[in-house]
Amino acid sequence: MFDLSGTAALVTGATGGLGGAIARALHAQGARVALSGTRRDALDALAAELGGDCPVLPCDLGDRGEVEGLVGRAEAALGSLDILVNNAGITRDGLAVRMRDEDWDRVLAVNLTSGFALARAALRGMMKRRHGRIIGITSVVGVTGNAGQANYAAAKAGMIGMSKSLAAEVASRGITVNCIAPGFIESPMTDALNEKQRSAILGSVPAGRLGTGAEIAAAAVYLASREAAYVTGQTLHVNGGMAMI
Amino acid sequence: MSDVEERVKKIVVEHLGVEPDKVVDNANFIDDLGADSLDTVELVMAFEEEFGVEIPDDAAETIVTVGDAVRFLEKNKKS
Repeated sequence: MFDLSGTAALVTGATGGLGGAIARALHAQGARVALSGTRRDALDALAAELGGDCPVLPCDLGDRGEVEGLVGRAEAALGSLDILVNNAGITRDGLAVRMRDEDWDRVLAVNLTSGFALARAALRGMMKRRHGRIIGITSVVGVTGNAGQANYAAAKAGMIGMSKSLAAEVASRGITVNCIAPGFIESPMTDALNEKQRSAILGSVPAGRLGTGAEIAAAAVYLASREAAYVTGQTLHVNGGMAMI
Repeated sequence: MSDVEERVKKIVVEHLGVEPDKVVDNANFIDDLGADSLDTVELVMAFEEEFGVEIPDDAAETIVTVGDAVRFLEKNKKS
């Protein structure tokens, strides 16, 4: 089950903890994976780890011109594109009353607008081939909200609404569009928390632990698979029970 | 049959999977050839690619029959 042999995937934000885990998991299931991100050296290191056959496509998702070209570069490198994982995301946290316009704009541009532009570009080829998987990595805060993250939560909620709309438009073409909403996941950011902060977070998670990148990646593998062909417009919450929606 | 007409009909037959003899000048993509709204967008995109033209939305809305497409492309084609 969940064999991705013969498929081609593009993962944005592949140098991050989640993006790297997703790229590794898709690759392990047999997909060819193009790796995109902003740090060339980290992308090269991941490509080397995965064994060479992974095109490295540096791209600043805050730059409209670069975003417009990324899917074409991936299709040229891979010969096709079956799976798009919109994973890249940034935060510029701050309480709304103090939030600067540029922090709002930048988070929306990278976390939401780029995802739309990439999906729009990828859909052309997917519609012709009558097959495709678009997966957006959103967040539990896109559904619950979170103080200090008005920009980030808006972008993540926007991704869910966008994905549902795209799903309705292209379902008849064998293309599914879904989201994964992680809760608290182990990352360099959560490693830096002190014991008190950590126990406060864990108090809100019934599972009593943080999630792992591999657990998010497993959800991506499922949604990317042929077995998930009848699942579309959905958001799969992977959060240890911290929000049951 | 003109060159443009032939190329248009080929795209329509391939895309909509209909019998070539149904693809006549006054055949309406939606009512006669069974296209849905996404099919019509895909046809416009296929015409754009084949003829090297950009078909703006307001022009695309006026292309409802095979003949509409042929006449638009004969006037505007670049390749």
